[in-house]
Amino acid sequence: MNDTRSIREIEEEIIDNFSLFDEWEEKYEYVIDLGKKLPTLDDKFKLKENIIKGCQSTVWLVADYKDGRVFYQADSDAIIVKGLVSMLIHVLSGHSPQDILEAKLDFINEIGMMAHLAQTRSNGLVAMIKQMKNYALAYQTIGQAEKII
Amino acid sequence: MEELTTISPEIDILHIREQFPVLNRLVHKRPLVYFDNAATSQKPQRVIDALTDYYSNYNANIHRGIHSLAEEATSAYESTRVAVKDFLGAKYSEEIIFTRGTTESINLVAFTWGRKNIQEGDEIIISGLEHHSNIVPWQMVCEEKKGILKVIPVSDEGEISVEDFKNLLSPRTKLVSIAHVSNALGTINPVEEIICLAHKAGAIVLIDGAQSAVHLDIDVQKMDCDFFAFSGHKVYGPTGIGVLYGKKEILEEMPVFMGGGEMIKEVTFEKTTYNELPYKYEAGTPNIADTIALKYALEFTKEINRVFGKNHEHELLEYATAQLKQIDGLEIIGRAKNKIGVISFIIKGIHPQDIGVLLDNQGVAVRTGHHCTQPLMKRFGIPGTVRASFAVYNTVEEIDIFITALHKAIKMLK
Repeated sequence: MNDTRSIREIEEEIIDNFSLFDEWEEKYEYVIDLGKKLPTLDDKFKLKENIIKGCQSTVWLVADYKDGRVFYQADSDAIIVKGLVSMLIHVLSGHSPQDILEAKLDFINEIGMMAHLAQTRSNGLVAMIKQMKNYALAYQTIGQAEKII
Repeated sequence: MEELTTISPEIDILHIREQFPVLNRLVHKRPLVYFDNAATSQKPQRVIDALTDYYSNYNANIHRGIHSLAEEATSAYESTRVAVKDFLGAKYSEEIIFTRGTTESINLVAFTWGRKNIQEGDEIIISGLEHHSNIVPWQMVCEEKKGILKVIPVSDEGEISVEDFKNLLSPRTKLVSIAHVSNALGTINPVEEIICLAHKAGAIVLIDGAQSAVHLDIDVQKMDCDFFAFSGHKVYGPTGIGVLYGKKEILEEMPVFMGGGEMIKEVTFEKTTYNELPYKYEAGTPNIADTIALKYALEFTKEINRVFGKNHEHELLEYATAQLKQIDGLEIIGRAKNKIGVISFIIKGIHPQDIGVLLDNQGVAVRTGHHCTQPLMKRFGIPGTVRASFAVYNTVEEIDIFITALHKAIKMLK
């Protein structure tokens, strides 16, 4: 990922994209399209320990740490959730643990998708954001440890 | 409401809809189509008024007060007990115990009757289409007492057979706990035959009436069940109030459940004696307001059942089923011969949750997911379904809106 923009800059780009949509259908068609375009996660990663279980849909999340940056891959069995997952990856992947931990992710509210986060029991989105930040925290700790060594 | 019988059915429905203020609201700028009635039904004005009236005019703690408000509140609270007795066709009003809901009613039996009577190797029979609340309490009892939980299998049509039940019955069967109607599929179970066979084998029977109380005429004496549980909020009443009916002789023998005020006769530090039925199972200050309002919900339910019978909801079920069957890749889960107005379905290649989200954006409220019946979903090899469930205030026009919205959702997702 060669995107050198900050997390907030990427968020603003998404907000700009959504501001073009007048109807709810356009908004959802866009999210559904993102979901369809996000590559399916390799079966070898679809393990129990990578599952973020919602009450209804499932999200799989894996992370990798390279050159001080965190890279995420994820998947979901529900396409709208997968589209939102795709946006979160687009926003957070490739950034430093510190930036990820500080990200407020206000764009979700600003594009009118907050309701999906409110459904805490029915999808794994809230838990997914938490898990993305957990990975960042873990890698930050590893990074600091490496510096000391 | 008496005049309803004299006017045409369409006008009846409009008149009924007028009694439900929530049906006037918009969701995502569209008129609400509420098809999640199996989860909870909406409330008619008289139920809302009963709650307001209690808090505005005679809020008081019941049974022990000597002042006017306490007397009025006690009398209203106890008149609901009589209304429930009549609603269920029970013999005595002390057979009616107020709980928080069906779940608490089942747990009450599991933790009192179950813990006293289930010994190592004893058997409890449930069915494969039970709600988690009619599975987990029995698992807890079986785990503690080393009992055995047996499960009546579910057919591809979503039915359970009396033959299969017979094969599971044994001299060790102590209790059978069965849903009258499946919440996920709408199947009406052959409870009368099950009760009769269970009794012959020396077992007692609990009927989970959470889904049936609002749709079917309940007569616990005719049915001859030993326990019957239901929730107020699914019969057009408030949340937080439910009922456990139990045969008097069984309830009298059962140990107490929760200890505290109201359920005692005399307390000393050496020994406490317990109150009589039904109070020995109603510890603490009960849910007075919701109990009082429940009477008005039951009155409403009885009125609509008298006027419409099962015809209206059955008509909605038939109409919706016919419409859904025409949709490519759609499979109805639960095709039992005897069903209430509940349709569960899946669409090939689409997650139920995605359907639910896109329907909601068009003002249509359905339930998606496993409906608290994970073993049943596993039986069908699916993660969940989309479930539309109807109430008396729903209309054919709303089904048309739902079908159009569903077509749109499918088009967006494919």
